[in-house]
Amino acid sequence: MLCLSPLAALFVNLLDDNLGADPAKIIVKELGFWAITLLWLTLAVTPVRKLLGWRWLMSFRRMLGLYTFFYAVLHLLAFATFLIGWRWDILLTELTKRPYIVVGALALLLLIPLTLTSTKAMQRRLGKHWKKLHSLIYPISLLVMLHFVWQIRSDFGQQFIFAIILAILLGYRLYLKGRSS
Amino acid sequence: MSKRLIRDALNIPSSEITSESVYKQRRRLMQAALSAAVLPAFAFPSFARAAGYEIPDDLPRYPGPVWLRQKLASAVRNAELSVSDELAPYYHAITHNNFYEFGTDKRDPVRYAQKFKTDPWKVEISGEVAKPGNYNLEDILAPHALEDRVYRLRCVEAWSMVIPWLGFPLAELIKRFEPTSKAKYVQFTTILDKEQMSEQRSSFGTIDWPYVEGLRMDEAMNPLTLMAVGMYGNALPPQNGAPLRLVVPWKYGFKSIKSIVRIHFSETMPETSWNITAPKEYGFYANVNPAVDHPRWSQATERRLPSSLLSPNIVDTLPFNGYADQVAHLYKGMDLSKWF
Repeated sequence: MLCLSPLAALFVNLLDDNLGADPAKIIVKELGFWAITLLWLTLAVTPVRKLLGWRWLMSFRRMLGLYTFFYAVLHLLAFATFLIGWRWDILLTELTKRPYIVVGALALLLLIPLTLTSTKAMQRRLGKHWKKLHSLIYPISLLVMLHFVWQIRSDFGQQFIFAIILAILLGYRLYLKGRSS
Repeated sequence: MSKRLIRDALNIPSSEITSESVYKQRRRLMQAALSAAVLPAFAFPSFARAAGYEIPDDLPRYPGPVWLRQKLASAVRNAELSVSDELAPYYHAITHNNFYEFGTDKRDPVRYAQKFKTDPWKVEISGEVAKPGNYNLEDILAPHALEDRVYRLRCVEAWSMVIPWLGFPLAELIKRFEPTSKAKYVQFTTILDKEQMSEQRSSFGTIDWPYVEGLRMDEAMNPLTLMAVGMYGNALPPQNGAPLRLVVPWKYGFKSIKSIVRIHFSETMPETSWNITAPKEYGFYANVNPAVDHPRWSQATERRLPSSLLSPNIVDTLPFNGYADQVAHLYKGMDLSKWF
């Protein structure tokens, strides 16, 4: 429910005409922001559980991952609808020619198999392959970071914070791996 | 003018018309957001009424300093150099601004620029010029009559608006200060004021403040190049570049530098802020060109604001933003994909 609140807030602000003169751009940006935030939260579950011993967090991981996908899809739909108006000619050039959009689209594409295999049944069926498949989340997070960084125009404060957090989240895993081997 | 606006209004499909409740809501919001800074809604310059600019009573208006008001009121429409496209609503033009000194979000300038001090204001004239010096804005403006011109404004981010400016040709100003034969370029500088402009204090910014822009002398002398001190019949709001800004309608918006404190004449091409920050993305010329893409934004089309969510108002971008007849000759023989 908490994960839906950014969407609800966005919707209320839209109805209140509180998104400025170009709401389309704001909506796309906000949905992207929440997709990234939720992805980072998903990645934070394992380190936080291990460091603080909060086992109950594990039950939220799948839900956070699914919401990541949900916001990422909305982000793309809002882009295609509000900014491009489903003009296929424009959409096609944007999806193939703009590097930051290409990596963003690739990240979303890679999220699809993870989303489809998120159920308990699939987890059982895939066995040890499931874990392998879901480690795709690491390259995805790097693509997403690149998608975000390539949009810097003149101020990189926000990207800086997200990059630091990602470095900690991935660095922790490298540290664990190094220790176990 | 007012007749034309009314006729246009009747042609708007009902789906495009903002519902009354949303409209009232918007007015309330504007009031709340700006009430602290809003100047009392007194004596609206008569020109604004004559030109039919419909500024709702409860939106902020910017009468400007006393010495400027008479000038603003006596501005005359230059029909020959005005486009007949439908104007952006005043509300959009004063709330959707790139003015990075006040923040990088489009809504930051209207939030954070309201107390920006724009009077008194000095402008330095320097370089290859016979009459350099520090001049009061009042004295710079004194001999010039103001014109009202409706121009297209095309941002490199691929949105656009149509805005009525009040100003005078830059060429007139340049002639008065008598540039020497060595003056090949004009460089403009925005105010550097870390106290008033928060983004100039940011540790994460990549622009080396103050913001600098420039034109080649023949571009600066083109009759379309305008020094603006007002819009929609009023003085410029601070978020739109008060008290003095450049408007170069055939170039991307970032060339039209705001809040100018220095005009410098030089023999060599000046370095410009966006070009220094990302030379592969922003050239010196920045002519609106649908054939040359920016790495992030296709320039073939643009969203003309206001744009509705479900059917974005996408229009084809015109070479030189539709001003090719007046300016294409300036770039004869130049490869515009190289000199972007």
